Amino acid sequence: MSSKDQILKSVRNQLVPSADLPSLDQDWIQYDDAVAHFGEVLQAVGGTAIAVEGIDGLTEELAKIPAYTDAKKTVSCVEGLVGTVDLDRVEDPHELEDVDYAVLPGEFAVAENAAVWVTDAKIRHRVILFIPQHISLVIHCAGGKVEEAVVHNMAEAYQRLVWSRNEFGCFISGPSKTADIEQSLVIGAHGARSLHVFFVF
Amino acid sequence: MSAIKSYDHPTNANQFNQDQDRTHWHDSSLWFIREKRDRMSKSLPEWETLRSCASQIKAHTVSKLADYLEEFEKNATARGVQVHWAKDAEEHNQIVLEILRKHQAKRIVKSKSMLTEECHLNPWLEKHGIEVVDTDLGERIVQLRQEPPSHIVMPAIHLKKEDVSNTFHEHLQTEKGNNDPNYLTESARQHLRQKFCQADVGITGVNFAIAETGGFVVCTNEGNADLGVSLPKVHIACMGIEKLIPKADHLSIFLRLLARSATGQPITTYSSHFHGPVEGGELHIVLVDNGRSKIMNSDDYRNSLKCIRCGACMNTCPVYRRSGGHSYAATVPGPIGSILNPLRDAKHHKTLPFACTLCGSCSDVCPVKINLHEQLLTLRTEVKNQKQLPMSKTLPMRIASYVFQRPKLYAWLGGIGKFFLRTMPRFLIYNPLNPWGRHREMPEAPPESFRQQYAQRAKKKSDDR
Ligand code: SF4
Repeated sequence: MSSKDQILKSVRNQLVPSADLPSLDQDWIQYDDAVAHFGEVLQAVGGTAIAVEGIDGLTEELAKIPAYTDAKKTVSCVEGLVGTVDLDRVEDPHELEDVDYAVLPGEFAVAENAAVWVTDAKIRHRVILFIPQHISLVIHCAGGKVEEAVVHNMAEAYQRLVWSRNEFGCFISGPSKTADIEQSLVIGAHGARSLHVFFVF
Repeated sequence: MSAIKSYDHPTNANQFNQDQDRTHWHDSSLWFIREKRDRMSKSLPEWETLRSCASQIKAHTVSKLADYLEEFEKNATARGVQVHWAKDAEEHNQIVLEILRKHQAKRIVKSKSMLTEECHLNPWLEKHGIEVVDTDLGERIVQLRQEPPSHIVMPAIHLKKEDVSNTFHEHLQTEKGNNDPNYLTESARQHLRQKFCQADVGITGVNFAIAETGGFVVCTNEGNADLGVSLPKVHIACMGIEKLIPKADHLSIFLRLLARSATGQPITTYSSHFHGPVEGGELHIVLVDNGRSKIMNSDDYRNSLKCIRCGACMNTCPVYRRSGGHSYAATVPGPIGSILNPLRDAKHHKTLPFACTLCGSCSDVCPVKINLHEQLLTLRTEVKNQKQLPMSKTLPMRIASYVFQRPKLYAWLGGIGKFFLRTMPRFLIYNPLNPWGRHREMPEAPPESFRQQYAQRAKKKSDDR
């Protein structure tokens, strides 16, 4: 008998009382101002949220970030903004090792924990989410309303997600961090050292 | 603290307590995290609802685990994932080695996975000439020191920054005596970047696997799992079969609980959802039983399979906090470890169910509502029934039981006891035969026993009448 069959048989042989699944339709938390709450939580986890008007607004704000203006090698997967490297032309992701700054699309934000949902649907090498020194995530707000881009809680977040394609998806909440040395919080463990979230309305 | 050789928890705990300052420091570091967890849980009015939902989802999954495993395999395979099944640790290690050999992989980066610790994957791969680098900062620190992790979420919680500085100075040539966590973390970042770039294959654990979609989720704060598996073409994910959940929507419950319970964060920095291999690459999942299916059968211990490895029960445990993770001599320490390890290997881990005050704090904080302290109590009975208890615990109980069944003898001995407590010199009372007297004063003997008082009262009442 194969290991698979043995394991399945062993699992089936056990007498486990049946149990129903709970309803996920409950009174999950709602915030008076979800956008403001997102910003506060993001700040608490080491990131910054900024709402900007159009691509011009974005460029203007990016110009105020030293890590962006000092960056030598940059990647942009956001329309209307160009980086020094074209991700689609990169064959080996190892070439991205020295990217200083990446501006990447985010899909929507979650107020309760400052997470932004990102996927590699429009990104050829998903390592670009993790390997640059600094990152900005850019969320386009439907109908020009920032509220449309922010859900209150994770239950609402999963309602927005579909799993039909083989996409990689990640909730990113703030910059990379660790507290493994005597519980001292250090920003920039392996991934991005800073994270800006832009809501483009 | 070097690797502990004994399985005896009291011996190891005693050793840990030799350094009183360090013990207090360890205790308060963990309590600090426990308090962060409390604040986070109180920020959500639905906290208790989340806990019950999580507990029910896990109970349901275990009740139909075989079906969900098959569903998971089918859906994962459809996405181009290669699914492997391993009965035990040995088979797991063999499967991983074969995949690595097929790709002639020599250098591996691995993110935190308690399962691979449980299977002792690292020494096995090293024996076969493969370099394995643990990429979680805490794990890398203990790996360089050739120690096991002392906590499942914070593997280096037992170390001070001076210890880390010395270790890094020795292995990464950092400045001697520079204890700044920022500096040390930066050095590790540089060192591990090289390892990430050189790696042939990335290995991760799995926090949750989704039957409905055939995907799985890995949570980290550092981004090490993601960096480790998005540069090489091959990703191997190792998971215990209890990590399964039925639907992706159920993640909304678990991701809300996990980081809040673990470190008091609203969510981990990265919660990555893998559904299929990278372009032109391979994704392997190894499903491991290693004794889990056996636990399913027991009404007493089945709940322990709900564990999402958040570590909250350790952070709150008064015994863990004062004895350190290594004293448990096991991959998973603390309250949940004191259940899982004896279930797997009762002979070696027989002291663990007693490393507990039965205060119940672990059960109160557990995000999936495992009745930890109750299971620990039940386990004690089992250790006793298997005649694994030491004489120091059984003999006094037998004597006490004999005496309590004989009221006259009890009364007589009570009188003698009072007399001795009052009149004997200290050294005769506080000696090695009396472990109670080691850290505490014996109670002061009352002038009269309860019996005497009661008899006098009764006499006075009848006189008054
Ligand atoms: S038993 Fe509960 S509290 Fe302990 S690690 Fe597991 S899920 Fe967390």
